[in-house]
Amino acid sequence: MNITIELLALQVFTGLALGSVFVLLGIGLSLIFGLLTVVNFAHGAFYMLGAYVGVFLIGLTGNFWLTLALVPVVVGSIGLGVERFLVRPLYGRGIDYPLLLTFGLGLVIVEVVRIIYGLDGVPFSTPKELSGATDLGFGYFPTYRLFIIGITAVIVTGLWLFIEKTSFGLVIRSGARDPEIVRVLGIDISRVWLIVFALGTGVAGLAGVLSAPMRSVIPDMGTTVLVEAFVVTVVGGMGSLIGAVVAGLLVGMVVAVTSLVAPELADLSMFVLMALVLLVRPQGLFGKKGLMG
Amino acid sequence: MSDIPMSNGDDTQVSGRKLAGLAKSVARHRVVAVLAFLFVFPLIIPYEALAVNILIFGLFAMGFNMVFGYMGVLSFGHAAFFGIGSYATGIAMVHFGIPWLPAIIIGVVAAGVIAMIMGGMAIRSRGIYFAMVTLALAQCVYYLVYQMSDWSGGEDGLTGVGAGDINLGFVQFSLFDPTAKYYFMFVFVAIAIFFFSRILNSPFGAVLEAIRENENRAQACGYNVLLTKWYAFVISGLFCGLAGALNALHLSVVPIESLHYHLSGQAVMMSLLGGMGTFFGPFVGAMAFLLLEDIITTMTTHWPLFLGIIFIIFVLFFPKGIWGSVLHWVKR
Repeated sequence: MNITIELLALQVFTGLALGSVFVLLGIGLSLIFGLLTVVNFAHGAFYMLGAYVGVFLIGLTGNFWLTLALVPVVVGSIGLGVERFLVRPLYGRGIDYPLLLTFGLGLVIVEVVRIIYGLDGVPFSTPKELSGATDLGFGYFPTYRLFIIGITAVIVTGLWLFIEKTSFGLVIRSGARDPEIVRVLGIDISRVWLIVFALGTGVAGLAGVLSAPMRSVIPDMGTTVLVEAFVVTVVGGMGSLIGAVVAGLLVGMVVAVTSLVAPELADLSMFVLMALVLLVRPQGLFGKKGLMG
Repeated sequence: MSDIPMSNGDDTQVSGRKLAGLAKSVARHRVVAVLAFLFVFPLIIPYEALAVNILIFGLFAMGFNMVFGYMGVLSFGHAAFFGIGSYATGIAMVHFGIPWLPAIIIGVVAAGVIAMIMGGMAIRSRGIYFAMVTLALAQCVYYLVYQMSDWSGGEDGLTGVGAGDINLGFVQFSLFDPTAKYYFMFVFVAIAIFFFSRILNSPFGAVLEAIRENENRAQACGYNVLLTKWYAFVISGLFCGLAGALNALHLSVVPIESLHYHLSGQAVMMSLLGGMGTFFGPFVGAMAFLLLEDIITTMTTHWPLFLGIIFIIFVLFFPKGIWGSVLHWVKR
């Protein structure tokens, strides 16, 4: 096969688009872990839920943009309920219990969607204004994927501003450092946890609806995504937002380039990357030593 | 969480004292008790195939429980050991025509090797990180085996693993006879249970529980925590590999699902349902899990929904599991 530089550049863009979805998933997972020390095993299910809520809302409103705005709100609200009524009773009971709970919750969510929508895929068409391809100078690239890269950049910037520049962001950052002290200062930390959990699951839902036109919408779509999101957080370092962004894009790029060079190894490439990172830096690229202790 | 009850029973209420005494002696002679139970087990279960399943998955959950229940480290990668045990046994029999006994040994050894590699990479990541790393590594094994479809059969799984007639010289039987199959598997499980109990009773077993209770303290006492964790991971992998190897003979096929992380999740669920860190818990859990599955799937196709809800209820309200709660009640 002849691999030209143009082809490689296009594949890098494909990797960026793929990586953008990973970034959104990884940020949600990392945010939740960083504050609540909960590994959300239902993250893939929330991602899938996002796609299905999108299917439902687009059928209701017929408007892609409205759907895009509403999905994170709906999925985030479900996340709100999950944290309040299922995860919260488990704080202080050992770090494994919330993980186990969300694992069971993931099964329930997938099965409920299966009952409502069935096993088969549901079509989700690319909105008209974003279909087609754009000329990048060295080749044509699907407009929708450019849009995903763009919207991810906007969301990441927005989250960064929110966490670094607002007073609530300050509470989030200090809550990740030392929740006890934050509580002593008179801040209701459980409310912060509630909001962060909703935020993380909402972003996962957004990732789901964004990838709906690219991947097929099936109840199982979250299963592989969960593993991919784990790889991203392991590579980037648990609880690190910068880590999630860098690792997400890196993993996306590695998968895309591998599928150009050696398609049969594409599924494996991200795990090889993870194994390499684990050997050199077990805490991940941006992880702090001892955070997981 | 130890399943050896304290001898202090003076304040035990008169009612239920007999039952409590029974439970205590069961816990004391745990190997004999579990074997005696499993020996008569096929008589009380609706059909033998289910009994064989419970036997195999009980062994799987028991192996998993060494790491999760006794050492307190949650692994989400144990499907890799089960699956590789299955595939190695199957490939040895199908592609190389190796007889069943060496094939089982090959399966166990292969699972051990995979556990060495995975453990070597994952063991340095602590706490909850470990669950994610093992899950990802196991999923990597899944894709590897999936890709090697010439050997593994890819998506269809590996077919034709039947051992058929087994001739031990003094006795001859067919694995198509479900009762014979059960007791054939029972022998392997019995040997595994014996060794498992010996390992737990050894000083090594005590170090495992020390790590669970306080890892830093165990380290400060001079134990090599990393190495102990790695050993436990590998030993646990050997048991799960045996379960996988037996499953290959039981089903005569190796489905690709035997490597999927949902199977690791099943081991977690069985351990938690039964009672993690207890000797009987995994078998009780496997039994509860598979019996419920058997009953509920006859009524509805949405078994995962019920499973998820039952599991959530156990995590929230009965974290000790069934057997763990029984022990708790006895000790009261």
